[in-house]
Amino acid sequence: MKHEWPLWEVFIRGQHGLNHRHVGSLHAPDAEMALKIARDVYTRRNEGVSIWVVEAAHITASSPSGKGPLYEPSESKVYRHPTFFDIPDEAGHM
Amino acid sequence: MYAQMVTSEATQDDPEKLAVFQARIDAGEKVEPKEWMPEGYRKTLIRQIGQHAHSEIVGQLPEGNWITRAPTLERKTILLAKVQDEAGHGLYLYCAAETLGVSRDELTEMLLDGRMKYSSIFNYPTLTWADMGAVGWLVDGAAIMNQVPLQRTSYGPYSRAMIRICKEESFHQRQGYHIMMKMAQGTPAQKKMAQDALNRFWYPSLMMFGPSDKDSVHSAQSMKWKIKMNTNDELRQKFVDQTVPQAEFLGLTVPDETLHWNDEKGGYDFAEPDWSEFFDVIKGNGPCNTERLAARNKAWDDGAWVREGLMAHAEKKRTAKLAAE
Ligand SMILES: [Fe+2]
Ligand SMILES: [Fe+2]
Repeated sequence: MKHEWPLWEVFIRGQHGLNHRHVGSLHAPDAEMALKIARDVYTRRNEGVSIWVVEAAHITASSPSGKGPLYEPSESKVYRHPTFFDIPDEAGHM
Repeated sequence: MYAQMVTSEATQDDPEKLAVFQARIDAGEKVEPKEWMPEGYRKTLIRQIGQHAHSEIVGQLPEGNWITRAPTLERKTILLAKVQDEAGHGLYLYCAAETLGVSRDELTEMLLDGRMKYSSIFNYPTLTWADMGAVGWLVDGAAIMNQVPLQRTSYGPYSRAMIRICKEESFHQRQGYHIMMKMAQGTPAQKKMAQDALNRFWYPSLMMFGPSDKDSVHSAQSMKWKIKMNTNDELRQKFVDQTVPQAEFLGLTVPDETLHWNDEKGGYDFAEPDWSEFFDVIKGNGPCNTERLAARNKAWDDGAWVREGLMAHAEKKRTAKLAAE
């Protein structure tokens, strides 16, 4: 039988109050084992307080060639940034 | 280095695309997995990262050899943690290689049937406990020399793996040097063992950086792509300059009669290793090549029923869950 363990992506919450962050991937037969392996591979030095694993095949990613159409529209909307608006110092802290 | 003599693959891509790609690299941008990249860049990286990963995995064998015979419980737990880290390094690197379109099992099989290499250094035996000191100090020391600049490599996943690895590497070198300190300050017999370990590991450690620049024809393209950050000789010089004072502190003698400080270049002059020995080890004729590959093959074959059994179990559970819904 030739059947490679599926690929899982690992996300770790480094400290209380922070978001989970992608740290890498691993191979595991199922979610339970993926968590166990993630613990050994990615948190040997207290790197986290919480682990998420998700099978890589279940992730939908934006395509790199779509970079332009996806992000360009926001480039022209400079008014979305606070620095767009000149407020005189006399108005006080804002 | 952990990846020695990685031939840059030729690239036959659209010159315009190549120019845009090179401009991105020159600007310090990172290349990410699904983005366009020259075929040669992709193939060279698979070979280099794969070889690096294999070295981490095979590199567990010479040290694993001493886990059950460590002199104290504390040294045993330290060595065990160090070897476990190396397994982790292998996994980080396999993950990085996999983003380039090769599977973990394919990489493993290429190691096992000899199509892919691992570093020449792991084909030398570890004969005494002092070798655990010499390996941590010199072999991990040489690896650090190469891995620190690679944190800035152009391929995102490789760079991130290197950053993780470098965070863990310093512990490896320091625990090795600590063993050497203990032995060098111990009984005359212990000091002799430490000296003997240095004698045996000095030149093989210098070989880790690969052949001399004048014989290293593969570097230019890889350096342009920022897959290779320094030349072999640059890194070897840096390693010698850093290591010689450390040997002096231990009261040990580097086994090189020609070794002396060169004021003009601000570094040591030293003897080159025996390159014919290096090429021979690379070809498979080192003292432990056969043993190392046999151990990896045995582990892979003996583990097959576990990999298959867990997969079958996972599938059974999935089907049962579906049926219950
Ligand atoms: Fe390592
Ligand atoms: Fe290491």
